Amino acid sequence: MEIRLEGVSHHYADMEVLRDITLDIPQGKIVCIVGPSGCGKSTLLRLIGGLEQATGGRILQVGDAPADCLNPLTYIFQDFALLPWRTVAGNVSLVLEDHGISGQQANKIIDDVLNRTNLQSFRHAWPRQLSGGMKQRVSIARALAVNPAVMLMDEPLSALDSQTRELLMDDLIGLWTATQFTAVYVTHNLAEAVRLGHHIVLLSRRPGRISDIISLDMPLNERHFGDPVLEAQQARLWTMMRDEARAADAELLHG
Amino acid sequence: MDKSNPVASAVKFRGGGFAPTPLRGVGALVFFALIAFAEFGTRSGFISALTLPRPSDVLLTFKELYTSGLLWKHLLPSLTRLAVGAALGVSAGICVGVAIGLFSLVRAGLVPVVAAIFPIPKIALLPLFVIWFGIDEGSKYALIAFGTFTPTVVATYGAVDNVDRTLIRMGQSFGLSWFSIVRKIVLPGAMPGILSGLRISLAIAIILLVAAEMLGAEYGIGAYILEAGALYDLERLFAGVVILSVIGVIVSATLGLLERRLLDWRT
Ligand SMILES: Nc1ncnc2c1ncn2[C@@H]1O[C@H](COP(=O)(O)OP(=O)(O)OP(=O)(O)O)[C@@H](O)[C@H]1O
Ligand SMILES: [Mg+2]
Repeated sequence: MEIRLEGVSHHYADMEVLRDITLDIPQGKIVCIVGPSGCGKSTLLRLIGGLEQATGGRILQVGDAPADCLNPLTYIFQDFALLPWRTVAGNVSLVLEDHGISGQQANKIIDDVLNRTNLQSFRHAWPRQLSGGMKQRVSIARALAVNPAVMLMDEPLSALDSQTRELLMDDLIGLWTATQFTAVYVTHNLAEAVRLGHHIVLLSRRPGRISDIISLDMPLNERHFGDPVLEAQQARLWTMMRDEARAADAELLHG
Repeated sequence: MDKSNPVASAVKFRGGGFAPTPLRGVGALVFFALIAFAEFGTRSGFISALTLPRPSDVLLTFKELYTSGLLWKHLLPSLTRLAVGAALGVSAGICVGVAIGLFSLVRAGLVPVVAAIFPIPKIALLPLFVIWFGIDEGSKYALIAFGTFTPTVVATYGAVDNVDRTLIRMGQSFGLSWFSIVRKIVLPGAMPGILSGLRISLAIAIILLVAAEMLGAEYGIGAYILEAGALYDLERLFAGVVILSVIGVIVSATLGLLERRLLDWRT
């Protein structure tokens, strides 16, 4: 299943947030979206996920989601969004219950996703007992449980410290290498973008337009921390968006 | 300052405090001290017997009340009224509060109504309730139910408003049904606020119980206190008051237990 955006634009009241976004999210690839703050990245992701309706253009789902897919477009949130009154296993089972999956069958799925995210020993822990990195792993496990066709991630690592971020990036690369999921990954962190993105979409400051799309061919599992090729790409991206970012920053200051 | 040999002094500690820690037994100690003071004062005579009854006499009166079987005769109707009235008021209050929290139309329609009836001293409406629900138990149930209803509504919709919106967004993004979101996200999220609202509602219920019984009941703690007051029988008056306090403490302890059971995820 692919996602296709055709001339998508969006307004909040009389503020134009996104303008004429045309973009393909190909099957089995991670598309990173970067851009200065306030340019409409989160808005774009909400539009793709159907949590908001675009005021212009079309967002298309091309092809059908796999039959065993419970929730084709699945989010991973920056602030984890775990229910504090449910244990790790309970948080995962939350998204299965509405599909009538419970008991033995649910346990099998929960075991599987907790294994894939290295959370087996935290099955009965409460969210408050977990570190930020562990919480985000739970939220990834929860997303995996519904077997999504496309994962929508809004700055999933931004609430974490940089070491934990590295570890989780390795985890995400591991997960992708195992099951080549499709993902839209919003971030303001260029290092994350060059590590995880097959395609990197650069948005301009508000109203967000696509100012460039960069494709990186290096396989994900060969991208490592401090790789000179990646660092060069990152530096290139930064020169491309520095002026935009500065302008966006000044804009915020002047209201 | 002498640069070559500066004076070293410990950094002054200025943190700490502002963190309540549970101290066992202090409450009991304060109770004990107050009672001991009253007992000592009345015995030594610097508190006259007209201003305060002697605690030991109150205890004797209480014992008499118990052995004569009158205690249950007064207590049972009171507890029934409290239970029925509060159950009606609290459950209706939670339902209406959740509805206000969830539906804009209900909110727009009912919040002003609730604000209008909240400050009415419910006891003033007792004559009206007597006409509507009869002089017997009905009017007492109605008074307690009505009195607990409004604070429960206000606490409940406040608690629903305070449920983390990102959790609701999360539920929607996973395609949970509306009903599931309410049951699994909104209600548990509002539970801490609802329970702390219950503490206030139930204390109000006890106050209204006594008021209703004072205005017309043969048996009940309120009737007992009224009768004692009319005769200036301070020992019996205080015995009645002590029963009310004990009911209050038991209700509060039960709520504490409920909180620990329902909100075990918090600590
Ligand atoms: N629900 C809303 N109503 C009105 N304006 C909104 C709403 N959501 C976002 N905006 C505005 O739209 C613009 C884009 O917001 P958005 O959150 O999509 O930006 P972003 O690129 O994700 O920013 P950041 O990097 O800070 O996360 C911002 O100026 C924001 O104030
Ligand atoms: Mg954002």
